[in-house]
Amino acid sequence: MKQQMYSLRKEEKVYSQEEETLEESFKHEKNLKSNYKNRLSEFIIEKIIFVLGIASILILALIFAFLISSGISLFDTMTIGEFLTGTSWSPRSTPQRFGVIPLVLGTLWITAGAILISVPIGIGSAIFISEVAPPKTRTALKVIIEFLSAIPSVVLGFLGIVVLSNWVRLSFNLSSGFTLLTGSILVAFMALPTIISVSDDAITALPKEYREASLALGATRFETIFHVLVPAASSGIIAGVMLGIGRAIGETMTVMMVTGNAARIPTSLLQSGRTMTATIASEMGDTVRQSAHYYSLFAVGIVLLIMTSVINLFADYVLQRARKGGK
Amino acid sequence: MNKRTKEKFAFGVLTSLTALVVIPTILMIGFIFVKGIGTINWEFLSAMPRQGMREGGIFPSILGTFYLIIGTILFALPLGIGSAIYLTEYAKQGFLTRMIRLAVLNLAGVPSVVYGLFGLGLFVLFLGFGSSILAGALTLACLILPIIITTSEEALKSVHQKYRDASLALGATKWQTIRHVVLPHAAPGIITGAILGIGRAAGETAPILLTVAAFFLPRLPRSVFDQVMALPYHLYIISTQVPNMPESIKYGTALVLLGIVSIFFAIATLIRIRFKMANRA
Repeated sequence: MKQQMYSLRKEEKVYSQEEETLEESFKHEKNLKSNYKNRLSEFIIEKIIFVLGIASILILALIFAFLISSGISLFDTMTIGEFLTGTSWSPRSTPQRFGVIPLVLGTLWITAGAILISVPIGIGSAIFISEVAPPKTRTALKVIIEFLSAIPSVVLGFLGIVVLSNWVRLSFNLSSGFTLLTGSILVAFMALPTIISVSDDAITALPKEYREASLALGATRFETIFHVLVPAASSGIIAGVMLGIGRAIGETMTVMMVTGNAARIPTSLLQSGRTMTATIASEMGDTVRQSAHYYSLFAVGIVLLIMTSVINLFADYVLQRARKGGK
Repeated sequence: MNKRTKEKFAFGVLTSLTALVVIPTILMIGFIFVKGIGTINWEFLSAMPRQGMREGGIFPSILGTFYLIIGTILFALPLGIGSAIYLTEYAKQGFLTRMIRLAVLNLAGVPSVVYGLFGLGLFVLFLGFGSSILAGALTLACLILPIIITTSEEALKSVHQKYRDASLALGATKWQTIRHVVLPHAAPGIITGAILGIGRAAGETAPILLTVAAFFLPRLPRSVFDQVMALPYHLYIISTQVPNMPESIKYGTALVLLGIVSIFFAIATLIRIRFKMANRA
């Protein structure tokens, strides 16, 4: 067998040598050249694509670098402790005070309010869309919810000013409708699409067998949903809620337009308050470059970035673990 | 309560929770449409603002938003698609790709106002572009980069491995395969992602507030280093900063902004639905 193959190959060689004319060898050379050219362009393209590939790492690194390099200059004039534990934010008073606590609390109140509203509604809608609604309704609902996420935040803020703040003022008998509650309701609407679509994906991605096995055991659809599907998809749902919290913390324009922006420590949702994001957006225009006030806004940005990064990484961790566990 | 009534009750609750999301969304859109449609005419869309923006049109804001969108596409699209090609076609799965994915994920969660700070620090001040279209477009490009990378990556992954193998077996190089086989098949998905990203960029206010937007500019921009007015920022200032602003102009501006975003959204949704149907057939 081996010998046979050897002789076959030998024959082939002889045959090709006979056929090789001058013209053919010329062609061969040309081929080789274009091959080199191809290889060179392949090499260059590969390098370019590699650079584009790591662009997101570079941008993220630059974001951290620029925020930290500017924010850190604040600590020439005050200590990190004073900044992180200070209970008064008043850049216009003398001496200036840059305590981040009122802003962090403003953000946390709004986020807590938004989550209280959006989590039950969001999870309920996700269950309805993935398990209860007929296919056509399901598609329509998904489009509407995606559109909700596409509405610019400034438009929601505008509606907050012209409609929602009046409702809040009248229904709670307040002197002003620009409260943390107004902000929470609007931010809940911005967090809802995230919560719904991530939870919906998590429930839809469950193996068919879960559903079928439960129904075959005689459980109703309701029992199947609440005792089998929702517990099985819980990691995905938790991740959706975390990402929703991340969105709520980072929301800027809406809260800036409807919360009244009083930079003091809030004690109820019916008071005015100011978030970290709104502070950066509204005060940056008035600052003098390279002043303590300017640097302090970057320092607030760092606090904000750290909070959202931790939440996003945690959400990713939960999702990854769910994916591994699912298999 | 027996099983059936319990189930009916629970589904009723779920239905009403969904209605709590859907009905306000439709009401919001309808409200702005009804209140704003009366203001929309050719003059409103094509004239300069007059009388401290209380009269006339919003043309400079529309044009500014248009310029910003073009700039954002120019930067974000090559970068985002290139990045996705690297992740799906070239990179070996390992530490580096894990890092890139984490970076993309993190970028997606960075608040828009932080992008504004970054754009102010890097483009406006450090690179000396000043408050300009260039600085704003670059900032918005960074903002939508994660959206474009994620959707493009999904689109590239959905191209069947058979196509790549067949092309390579015919002697095409890797780049020829990507350029002529993989990209055409992934195009609808990539375009959908790009359009959604651009729609997002068109409606963002906080980043342009810090990097480009002008309160009021009596003339149109002449170069990429000029400031511009932009629709989202314009809506913000006329609804909060300018006293005695006529309601009609506010609703009109909100409707134009919502309209532009809706057009992007509608195109993206249509492409996606058609693509899905074609895949099924």
